[in-house]
Amino acid sequence: MKFRLAVLAVAALGVLGLAQPIKIGCLLEFTGGCAAYGQMARDALEFARAVGIVPTEVLGRPIELVYFDARTEPTEAATGATRLIQVEKVVAIIGTMCSGPFLGAAEIVQAAGVPMIGPTTTNPLTTQVGDYLFRACFTDDDQGPVAADLALSFFGAKTAAVVIDVAQAYCVGLGKYFIEAFEALGGKVVATLYCRTGDVDYTAQLTEIMRVNPDIIYTPNYYTEVALMARQARDLGLTQPILGADGLYAPELIEIGGAAVEGIHFTTFWHPDLATGIALRYVEEYRKYFGRDPDAFGALAVDCYLLIVDAIQRAGSADPKAIKEALQTADLEVITGRTIMTPQGDPIKDFVFLKVENGQFVYATMIPAARAAEIKKLMGK
Amino acid sequence: MATYLQQLLNGVTLGSLYALIAIGYTMVYGILRLINFAHGDVFMWAGYWVFFLVVLFHLPWWMAALCAVALTALMGVAIERVAYRPLREAPRISLLITAIGVSFLLENLIIVLPWAGGRQKPYPTPAFMTQIYQAGNVRIQGVTIWVPLIAAACLLGLIFLVYRTKVGRAMRAIATDTETTALMGADINRVISYTFLVGSALAAVGGILWGCRYPRLQWDLGIMPGWRAFTAAVIGGIGNIVGAMLGGFLLGLAEILIVAFLPGLSGFRDALIFAILIFFLLFRPTGLLGKPLKEKV
Repeated sequence: MKFRLAVLAVAALGVLGLAQPIKIGCLLEFTGGCAAYGQMARDALEFARAVGIVPTEVLGRPIELVYFDARTEPTEAATGATRLIQVEKVVAIIGTMCSGPFLGAAEIVQAAGVPMIGPTTTNPLTTQVGDYLFRACFTDDDQGPVAADLALSFFGAKTAAVVIDVAQAYCVGLGKYFIEAFEALGGKVVATLYCRTGDVDYTAQLTEIMRVNPDIIYTPNYYTEVALMARQARDLGLTQPILGADGLYAPELIEIGGAAVEGIHFTTFWHPDLATGIALRYVEEYRKYFGRDPDAFGALAVDCYLLIVDAIQRAGSADPKAIKEALQTADLEVITGRTIMTPQGDPIKDFVFLKVENGQFVYATMIPAARAAEIKKLMGK
Repeated sequence: MATYLQQLLNGVTLGSLYALIAIGYTMVYGILRLINFAHGDVFMWAGYWVFFLVVLFHLPWWMAALCAVALTALMGVAIERVAYRPLREAPRISLLITAIGVSFLLENLIIVLPWAGGRQKPYPTPAFMTQIYQAGNVRIQGVTIWVPLIAAACLLGLIFLVYRTKVGRAMRAIATDTETTALMGADINRVISYTFLVGSALAAVGGILWGCRYPRLQWDLGIMPGWRAFTAAVIGGIGNIVGAMLGGFLLGLAEILIVAFLPGLSGFRDALIFAILIFFLLFRPTGLLGKPLKEKV
């Protein structure tokens, strides 16, 4: 009798043990300068799980998401990573959306040996900290040259002014890559000006730009800054085209920028018009669920989720080290298209060029990843 | 030439806004010897009040703006009543820490409120503020004209209040010596409430105009202007109302002119601004207009 009970108890424990959830941390920006990205990512993850577009269990165990607000601050991200790993015992982390906070958490995550994958962390440095760090997007040393090429060929610009947010690793890096490429490809940067995250007054920088009168203005900054800057630029009478980057793809750009952001073009990751395969259902269901178009930030967060679940499946284990090794060889059809991971943690992805038209983000054209390599060759790299 | 005129206008507009906020810091400091850290957040709330009233209650803009001034002023009084008055006899450091606590409360309230949240909201701006006027090569936005005008009107009203009315005399008396004023039969608590009412109302005017100029609402939008206005108050001589106005204008101009004349150093703008604060604290802690204090413990 006693023996039977013991067997039952062991069996019960075993079942319970197996059914224990696998925890994935979501270190996302819900407040701060990039609150839109984190909230779009959470919306997309919750929706994709609720509707059943992504699996909610793997290896027979349920998957549980644990959120932490990275507040768009490197120090907050570091705190969050420590908490998710030590207290919540997550096996992998999705996030952060921005490069600066990612770099804040990178060392901690690497030392703890838990894989972390940034949906939209484009700064090349983020995955160079160690082998546990990944991204699901392209890098800025490709995005900068692609933007420079568009400025020259698409807009026919010969001179450019660049306004860089010095408080963000993303903006500083991308601004540098753009300037390098624009000058190497024959253009001339006539003014490089700086601002800081949270700035609201750009009139001094813009009045200076008016004085040097460039053909185009490049702003590798977040929507927060660009919406107000565009308003002030148009109010001051600047009519030059404004070219931006992936940081602009948030509804706030249009809500706050209004008519001033009409005609802004920017390079980014994805647009619902490009959906194929499982993304078709994702786009259709998303529109039904939220009554709005899906965005690239949410799509890439779901991509990270799919990549991690696929890695756990292929590794046959939820051990962080095994997940990392499986992630390094990932080749998966996800929402934003086929993602082939490299051992460095940087997948090869295409570029999408969007514009703001009638208060909507409209697809303009696509630049294949191979083009970025060609441009870099032209630059003599 | 047009460029410099444009930059000057940019600077005056920004300076007027700083002046309006700086007064709240300086008035409260003059009377309670307290750096009211929540002041920048009171300023932020004014913008949200307009947003709530226009978007949720569909009030016309001017009515929403007037209600927002009233609500923000009452908010200032309530903060003093609930958080600062019980600590009147406590060590000054307790008051300071309470002020920081109130600041966090006001910010996080915005984050958790369902109609506000952590994401940015567009501030409703009336058309007369965004209207563009062209004079030669200089383009002026309606708000650039209205901000200095409204600020000047408020500041004149304030000077009248402080130097020509009974409440104003009581405020100045308390600033000089609280105990003696109390012995003379003045109701200290009432006068302090008035101080918070006026200071918060001016911050509200500042917040509403700030929104028209920079139409983006965010829970932390009061922090930086708050610090800048505090710097302005120190430059002008903290406790001195005219000094706060002067400091506000100077700081606004300095901020714009640093970028205008040294575009290559625009990334160091904030560092330079706060270097000015440190300079004043070290070498002229009483500011431009403050009288050198003998000993005030």
